Amino acid sequence: MSRYHIRVGMTFGTIFLVLVIVSVSQSLSLALSIFNLCLISAIMALGVNIQWGYAGLFNVGIMGFTALGGLSAVLISKECVSEAVSAGGAGLFISLIILGITIAASLYVHKKFNRKWMVFVLVLAGIFITRNFFMEATRAIEAINPAYEGYLGGIGLPILFSWIAGGLLAAGAAWLIGKISLGLRTDYLAIATLGISEIIIAVIKNEDWLSRGVKNVTGLPRPVPFELDLQQAAWFKDMIASLYAGSIGHLPVSEQAAAVTTRINDASIVVVKLCYSGWFLAVLVLILILAGLALNSPWGRMIRAIRDNETAASAMGKDVKQRHLQIFVIGSAIAGISGAMLATYNGQFTPGSYVPLRYTFLIWVMVIVGGSGNNLGSVAGGFLIWFLWIEAEPAGFWLADICTSFLDKQSPIRLHLLENAQYIRLIFMGGVLLVVMRFRPDGILPETNKKL
Amino acid sequence: MLTDFFNAIVLLLNFVIVPALSYGSQLALSALAVTLIYAILRFANFAQGDTMALSTVITILLTWLLQKYGIGLGFLPTAFLALPMAIVVCLFYMLMVDKFIYRYYREQNSKPITVVMVSVGVMFVTAGLVRFIIGPDHHIFSDGARFIITARDFKTMTGLSEGLALKTSQFLTIVTAVILVGGVFYFLQKTKTGKAMRAYSDNKDLALLSGIDPDWIVRVTWILAAVLTTIAGVLFGLDKGFMANSYHQLLLPTFASVIVGGIGSPVGAIVGGFVISFSELMLTYAYKKFLIYLLPAFLEPGGLVQFLGTEYKFAISFVILVIVLLIRPTGIFKGKVI
Repeated sequence: MSRYHIRVGMTFGTIFLVLVIVSVSQSLSLALSIFNLCLISAIMALGVNIQWGYAGLFNVGIMGFTALGGLSAVLISKECVSEAVSAGGAGLFISLIILGITIAASLYVHKKFNRKWMVFVLVLAGIFITRNFFMEATRAIEAINPAYEGYLGGIGLPILFSWIAGGLLAAGAAWLIGKISLGLRTDYLAIATLGISEIIIAVIKNEDWLSRGVKNVTGLPRPVPFELDLQQAAWFKDMIASLYAGSIGHLPVSEQAAAVTTRINDASIVVVKLCYSGWFLAVLVLILILAGLALNSPWGRMIRAIRDNETAASAMGKDVKQRHLQIFVIGSAIAGISGAMLATYNGQFTPGSYVPLRYTFLIWVMVIVGGSGNNLGSVAGGFLIWFLWIEAEPAGFWLADICTSFLDKQSPIRLHLLENAQYIRLIFMGGVLLVVMRFRPDGILPETNKKL
Repeated sequence: MLTDFFNAIVLLLNFVIVPALSYGSQLALSALAVTLIYAILRFANFAQGDTMALSTVITILLTWLLQKYGIGLGFLPTAFLALPMAIVVCLFYMLMVDKFIYRYYREQNSKPITVVMVSVGVMFVTAGLVRFIIGPDHHIFSDGARFIITARDFKTMTGLSEGLALKTSQFLTIVTAVILVGGVFYFLQKTKTGKAMRAYSDNKDLALLSGIDPDWIVRVTWILAAVLTTIAGVLFGLDKGFMANSYHQLLLPTFASVIVGGIGSPVGAIVGGFVISFSELMLTYAYKKFLIYLLPAFLEPGGLVQFLGTEYKFAISFVILVIVLLIRPTGIFKGKVI
């Protein structure tokens, strides 16, 4: 037991203790919701940590990759809207083919003649023709039952597959983006990824035929049973009744049935959340193990060598650009997986809710506070910051209440500030980030094998 | 025939060129602030959008106060009266942030990327302050005369069927931007402090060796940034109304302008601002009516003749940004080399 191990134990012990306190003082169900979102945040933070902590890539486009994960949850799990496919599928297919032909022809012309204006004309013509078919097809798709559908739907597989698909989709996008932007210097890369994530969100928000845009997709299938089914299942009823038999027995007979029903309802909510926790925990542990193995392999040492001194590493014959691309793809894929998990947990995909403060910069705070370069640190950071993010809202309200208590109860300024008290958590998060960066730049759990 | 031609030109002026000029001026001012901070303090300031919002919030509060007491500027917006005070408050905020946050990293000689991350922290705090003070809603705080020329006046004046409306806010934006940019360039080129700033930006060690006081340079940079940021924010707000989120999102086109022009180059920031604003408006404008005026009847276009929907405005600035980064990473005017 080194000091580091004690520190790890204490960090996670504290987190566990805090969650227990919440479950006792508020409710178990609330504690579990926080815990589940903590798990998802921890996975997102792992993705960022792999990019920043291992390789020093400053990616502020996490939001885009999580949104792609969410999109894949829709595309995998929703039932196919067959009318929409028959209305616009052919048109979409044709426009896809024309687009492919355009790209191929442009590449050919570029190679053969090397004239920029020819490529330009070709691309313009291709886009023009594609648009024609594309607009027609999308209009047809969006016209079909727009109140509930108006999009292509998905392929109707179990939603768990979307976690894999989300990872793959994000990885594909990351490969494309990485190819273009990884040659850039760190702060340029940051700005480029920030912009690209905004583009991804803009596309998802506005291409209604694909994702229903801001009309949202609700009612995604679940990988766990529904509360209502549990409440009606005989075995579940019996189990809860026998579990609580002791505590209910002393009640008058007339109240016993009602008491049992309440307990069954509460228990069904808790059980469903526990099922989610099980899935999320499994994914987190799997990623954690794989990431740990990778980090301590020769490959991992190479990545860290590149991070610490790019010039020296490339002098030793390491392909810096290729390694950066690899890391960028892996980290983004993890962000994609977590995005799909988040959509699964929420049971809906709401493109309008993706904002960089919450989905990019908050994740960065988790990584920096947790300790960049340390996987366990990122997990701890994910837990801690998400917990603070949730609890800072009531705390902000309380703070605003105290600070304005000298004002009249009905004073408009007081009411206005109380209404906006939820935003105090932004100030609080920024404060945490600034304090950690100033006084403990290595984070709660610093990188352990720095000197390897 | 000739009337058709003039109608087409007026149409383009009204919907593309005048709005692009005013939006471009706002971007240029904001980009100038970012580029100055980059040139002197050597980090990309992610807090720019929210700092703009904060200074605009201060202006709005002061404007409301002035309006309550019935003090105004006639046909000019009252916000202009509140502006100097708001600049002072904004400057105070920036100097405090610098004193308690950025200075430490400057003295430690931290890597630029660390300071960028610190600026993300500042962004969080500033964004929280803005939303706490004024909330997430849309506020319109412009008063005074709304138009200098209304579309109808223009039509009766010229007899054309297309009108050209010039909003007071647009006119003021362009005039203010010209004066302000002229002032900043005069300062940088002609005054002793301005020359010292450029020397400091070019070669810090050499500048320090020749007795330039770094603290003074940094302070002057923040003063310039505060003036530019506040005025840019207020002009944007007068033009389009204030909403915390839209200011936060201005960060993206601002960065695009800076990089397209060449990061660290003041002229580049201005040019970049206009490149971004003109491409955004020109690519999202539907040219149907414009072409109807110009083309003979049988060539009349069927669709809207719009390259991209207005919802992809952001995408444009970033596509331009990426193209510039790939082809000419130093920007149009050679900025700081990688």
